[in-house]
Amino acid sequence: MNGHIHNTDDRRELQMARSMCWHCQSEMAGEYFCDRCVKVQPVSKDLDYFTCFGLPRRLALNPQTLETKFYELSRAFHPDFYQNKSDEEQTISLGNSAMLNTAYRTLRDPIQRAEYLLDLEAGSVKDIRTTPPADLFEEILELQDTLDEFRASDRASESASTLRTKLHADRATLEQRQRDIEAQLLQLFSRWDALQDRGEATEQARTERGRILKEMRDILSNRTYVKNIVNDLVATIA
Amino acid sequence: MSRIVGIDLGTTNSLVAYMDHGTPRVIAARHERAMVPSVVALTDNGLIVGDSAKEHLTRTPERTVYSVKRFMGKSLADVQGELAYFPYTLTEKGGVIRIKLGEKSYSPPQISAMILKELKLRAEAFLGESITKAVITVPAYFNDSQRQATKDAGMIAGLEVLRIINEPTAASLAYGLQEKTQGTIAVYDLGGGTFDISILKLKNGIFEVLATNGDTHLGGDDFDQLIADLFLTEIRTQYGLDLSTHPDHMQAVRLEAERAKIRLSDELKTTAGLDLPDGKGRFTRELTRDQLDGLCTALVERTLGPCRLAVKDSGLAPGDIDEVVLVGGSTRMPLVRQRVQALFGKQPHCELNPDEVVALGAAVQADILSGGTTDMLLLDVTPLSLGIETMGGVMSSLIRRNTTIPASAKEMFTTYVDGQTGVDIHILQGERELAKDNRSLARFRLKVPPLPAGVPRIEVTFLIDANGILNVMAKDMRTGETQSIEVKPSYGLSDQEVERMIEDSFKFAADDVSARKLIEARLDAGALITTTEKSLADGGHLVATGNVEAIRTALSALATAKDGTDPRAIRARMADIEQAAKGLTVAMLDDSLKQGLQGKKVSDVT
Repeated sequence: MNGHIHNTDDRRELQMARSMCWHCQSEMAGEYFCDRCVKVQPVSKDLDYFTCFGLPRRLALNPQTLETKFYELSRAFHPDFYQNKSDEEQTISLGNSAMLNTAYRTLRDPIQRAEYLLDLEAGSVKDIRTTPPADLFEEILELQDTLDEFRASDRASESASTLRTKLHADRATLEQRQRDIEAQLLQLFSRWDALQDRGEATEQARTERGRILKEMRDILSNRTYVKNIVNDLVATIA
Repeated sequence: MSRIVGIDLGTTNSLVAYMDHGTPRVIAARHERAMVPSVVALTDNGLIVGDSAKEHLTRTPERTVYSVKRFMGKSLADVQGELAYFPYTLTEKGGVIRIKLGEKSYSPPQISAMILKELKLRAEAFLGESITKAVITVPAYFNDSQRQATKDAGMIAGLEVLRIINEPTAASLAYGLQEKTQGTIAVYDLGGGTFDISILKLKNGIFEVLATNGDTHLGGDDFDQLIADLFLTEIRTQYGLDLSTHPDHMQAVRLEAERAKIRLSDELKTTAGLDLPDGKGRFTRELTRDQLDGLCTALVERTLGPCRLAVKDSGLAPGDIDEVVLVGGSTRMPLVRQRVQALFGKQPHCELNPDEVVALGAAVQADILSGGTTDMLLLDVTPLSLGIETMGGVMSSLIRRNTTIPASAKEMFTTYVDGQTGVDIHILQGERELAKDNRSLARFRLKVPPLPAGVPRIEVTFLIDANGILNVMAKDMRTGETQSIEVKPSYGLSDQEVERMIEDSFKFAADDVSARKLIEARLDAGALITTTEKSLADGGHLVATGNVEAIRTALSALATAKDGTDPRAIRARMADIEQAAKGLTVAMLDDSLKQGLQGKKVSDVT
């Protein structure tokens, strides 16, 4: 999928794609259950997680709404309720539940949600390189040296204790930076949602859309980088 | 749908429970406790299970198996450190432990199956119907091999295991049913051999597990061993006696240690006593609760780390937990209660019997599966990360720990050499970086059509089902064809082995036959009592009072026999009734014949 399917009409079209009930072959109008024979239907592979939860493709999301819908769909799909049903229905229930659980886990976490949206709107996030924030480049090189020095040092020595103090300070700085990055990301969330709400089809809107997605990709890649450094740092001084 | 029972297959004791009109109840055999000791002994009269087998622990220790749950899904190397403690002989075949009993060797699932069968028989005798389906509980922290071994045990026992459910979550179902609780609860489950902690969110009938952690090798057995070691050391210094060469006395020490520990849950001091071999008289020792606490503190502390991790994994702080529930016999120890209370800052719940609550919860889950209970739903998680070995012996995680199940992950595989026809895949479970530090679950070879390197695209789906058990599927993305995969479990029985064990269990199913006879006799007796009572009510006036009395006496004798366990006695009492009621039957036949003839002319009859 690349970038063009994001309004409501297209989404409806996606659902129509799996048009027939696997069981009675009647035309499907229901969401997850056939209107005629009431059999559960496999969730289409093309169905995105937002649509699955009946949510617009927005980044600000009420966790309560998401949870309520998750519980509701769990009650519809969970294998516990298909024990007395046919093998086909049990298989569908298992597949749907697994998909639902992945969808919920992805949307519940803001970072994963942003990565997922980016993937939907602008292609694979697996291509995102983890890059250091440009302004932190020097500091990070220095930090790596300190870390190496600390690892090689005798932990009981005085120099190690100086290094440790310095690393603790670096950790605080980086963790603050991590929080800043997350705040920036949240700002982007509002910009994205506002743009979607306006629903304009102008050239200007398209440019803005591209810009937001690029910024989001950069921020996510910086965040992963900083997070890895912090993890490494915490593990070393622990 | 036929009835599904809930079974708690414990390290030290096992129970079976069923749902009785919306209330889960444990099943006790007549005049016996509901708990069946998880002990199997080989006697001259064959294999026996439960209380009677427990008596053989000190008599024939080398032929009496206890704590078999510790060996489920394990290899001999996994348990090397504790082999010295077990008086029975363990060997290994194909990565699976075998336990020697007389001439034969049994896998842990086979021994567990004997315990399951005993529970099955109890349930059948009590409910008067054949039981073929069950929900069986396992420690939440059990890995895939241990779960699979439990499922195999069920199959060998002739049970279709509809669900493997985690013990702490089962307990939460039993509590949830009773209390209709909402909020966040921590279930602390310290049993005979395993420890689990699960953090759950309860809301409108949904039981969502947020995180789970534990130690599958920490429980009451370990406390007993510490006390026993203390006694053994003292016996050695005081009497110059090394009991390790007397397996029967080793067992006696272990059992006395357990009894002393149990008494110290209610008392502040107790006296333990043991008869010594070689005419050395009797060893007695006073043990105080403080001394017990001192011995056990380190072990109890070991449970707190997993507790903190589980709370952290669920994104909470200990103070966010609304309720703490205690499960498992070992939570009766005051030291355990104190530590748990201190950690969470809350008085823990223990209203439901900690020995029974898991079985009760299993019965609730069984009722959910059979469609009886529809307002409750358990959403459990996988306790350990699942991954595959990649280049350099590193584990690449596909499904993270504490992911809600069912869970699936897809991975695309291709080839690195032209014409390569297979890709070897090694599945792992665990949290460590390197493949070798994690649990090897299985290996399989993915079949690939011979094509230039990089061209084949095989998508492998790893699916953890609602039992927490892994299923693997492969699909060739070029042809759309699915491929069946022969997964060789690293530490488990193959399908063929399980099949053979099921057959074996039928061959040696003499016990089954007698149980079946008992059930049938009880059913027939019930029917006879009903019809005879009806005959008495309808035609009692047709026979002499003395005859009515005789029939009543025979009826009550049958009722007593029906509560017993001897099918021959039941059949004999049934024959008595038929004899006593002969006159009544004839009189009633005559009477109905007369009634039928009334109003008819003699010429019509002849």
